[in-house]
Amino acid sequence: MASLIQLLVSGLATGAIYALIATGFTLLWQTSQTINFAQGEFVMLPAFFILAAMNWGAPFWLAALIGIAVSIVVLGVLFKLIIVDPMLKYGVLPLVISTIALSLFLKESAKDFYSSQAQPFPALVPATDIHVLGAVVSTQSLAVLAVAIVTVSALHLLLNNTRLGRAMQATAQNPTLARIVGIPVQRMVLYTFLINAVLVAIASILISPIYLAKFSNGETLGLAAFTAAIIGGFNQVRGAIVGGIILGVLDNLSAAYLSSQYRGAIPLMILIAVILWRPQGLFGRIEERTV
Amino acid sequence: MTPLGRLAAAFAAIVAVALPFLLKPFGIYLISMWAVLTVAAIGLNLTLGYAGQVSMAQGAFVGIGAYTVALLTQAGCPFALAFAAAGVLCFAIGWMLGYPALRVAHHYLAFVTLAFTTLVFLVLRNEEWLTGGTYGINGISRPVFFGLSTAKPLPFYFFCLGTLAVLSLATWWMLRSPWGRAFKGLRENPIRAQSLGTDTRRYTLMAFAIGAGLGGLSGALYAPLVQFIEPGSFALGLSFNLLLMVIVGGSGYFFGPFVGALIAVLLPEWMRVAEGYYLIVYAMLVMVMMAFCPSGLLGLVARIKAASRSNRAAPAPALRAEGAGS
Repeated sequence: MASLIQLLVSGLATGAIYALIATGFTLLWQTSQTINFAQGEFVMLPAFFILAAMNWGAPFWLAALIGIAVSIVVLGVLFKLIIVDPMLKYGVLPLVISTIALSLFLKESAKDFYSSQAQPFPALVPATDIHVLGAVVSTQSLAVLAVAIVTVSALHLLLNNTRLGRAMQATAQNPTLARIVGIPVQRMVLYTFLINAVLVAIASILISPIYLAKFSNGETLGLAAFTAAIIGGFNQVRGAIVGGIILGVLDNLSAAYLSSQYRGAIPLMILIAVILWRPQGLFGRIEERTV
Repeated sequence: MTPLGRLAAAFAAIVAVALPFLLKPFGIYLISMWAVLTVAAIGLNLTLGYAGQVSMAQGAFVGIGAYTVALLTQAGCPFALAFAAAGVLCFAIGWMLGYPALRVAHHYLAFVTLAFTTLVFLVLRNEEWLTGGTYGINGISRPVFFGLSTAKPLPFYFFCLGTLAVLSLATWWMLRSPWGRAFKGLRENPIRAQSLGTDTRRYTLMAFAIGAGLGGLSGALYAPLVQFIEPGSFALGLSFNLLLMVIVGGSGYFFGPFVGALIAVLLPEWMRVAEGYYLIVYAMLVMVMMAFCPSGLLGLVARIKAASRSNRAAPAPALRAEGAGS
């Protein structure tokens, strides 16, 4: 029982990080039909921005802010202007290919220009354990959960309770109608790219102390993000969050109770099952924008 | 094919036959690798370029083919039989994997095949009793035909080239048959194809399965070429690379995979000076090409040709693909 609680808490923490990554992924899909195959590398990279800033002598909090700012510029603005915008007119496939190439580019750049070794990354809170109901829970997991919950709540408030958020939702649902009622659609699309950049930067800060900052981190993280997004529902922010949490908990439970060798296989089998029997995802609605 | 295109193809064939006599063993190894990867890329081009299904599983099929041949030949099975088994097995698995293609839109298929590739990698890595796990399989022998051994680089290259020639002729013939037309119909407008009486369900499965089968045959050549296989070679990276080859060469063009595979094999060698940076440059080139010419290098050639004949209107993309292929 105690170990189950431990596993659940650490699973929730991992799941919360996956949820952040998957949320950004679905936001890009909703507003601009961008399937970002470099999303995993987008999470890998901000950790290196932060480490670079710290090498220049910045304290961790400042470096984290610089990292988020650089992410917004590079992974938000530049990504949209240089990669996505010129390619939107060709449809989904060329952009998929281009983001695959981008993931290769980012991975190799981090390896060649920073280091091929895993880099230690400072944790948000000192690693101590708290005893809850006989279970040992690490403060790191709790801190990750707290940050993720705050981030998701802030995003939720932004999307549902502000004029800007509703304009962004309208853009996602029907860009033509949104334009007719006077919403600056292009700017709204840009905002979702910025939000994605912030989300991946936060995810990077949360996950790097656990996995260490390594150029190859993006492979597993990207796969986790796609899987979470599809399990939950490709076209729902809510779905991505639930999908991420399901994935994180399942990952930890299956590693502990079933097989650590095949821990990676279980989410994939669920992914295939979901696509086969419920392609709109567990929480998604059927896509209305086909044809 | 235009006279110029015919000339280019004849020239390329002569180079492919004459070149190995001028090369050192490593050079022969590289062009053998080109022939092997081209087979897999032709398969993917069929699935992606002609039938319009995005598959990220071609690397996994190469892996399944390679392991099939390695395991069967080490168990004493003759190579020809193992070669055929690799193709048939991948055809069957491809057929089954094609079912999701019938249910979901294309970007979901990309994810199904992505998941499949990772699952295959996990099985290859974890089932040590069968595949040797991370240690892989060593000492895969090259086949002997009618007393002629292909153990040396040169005979093995000609074996690969011959197989490539036979398989590409077969593909050529198939694309000119009603099947090929049906595949193109699927890519251009599946709903229209269906309303014109094409059995889209069957042809989608067919395109997928034949593409997978060619992937398996490519793997069946890959195993004896490198003589050592391990799961890591067939992870997502290979599938991505094959996808990039098809796109860079020009998807939907018959000779696209030949060009794409050539670039993927030669680029790292040309850019030895750049050492580790070549992948960065390669990735940048792909991104630039996607932004300016998503139809690939052969698409670029077609575009230049169309521009030079500006008095004639540029044909529609579908026709352009056919023009390059016939």
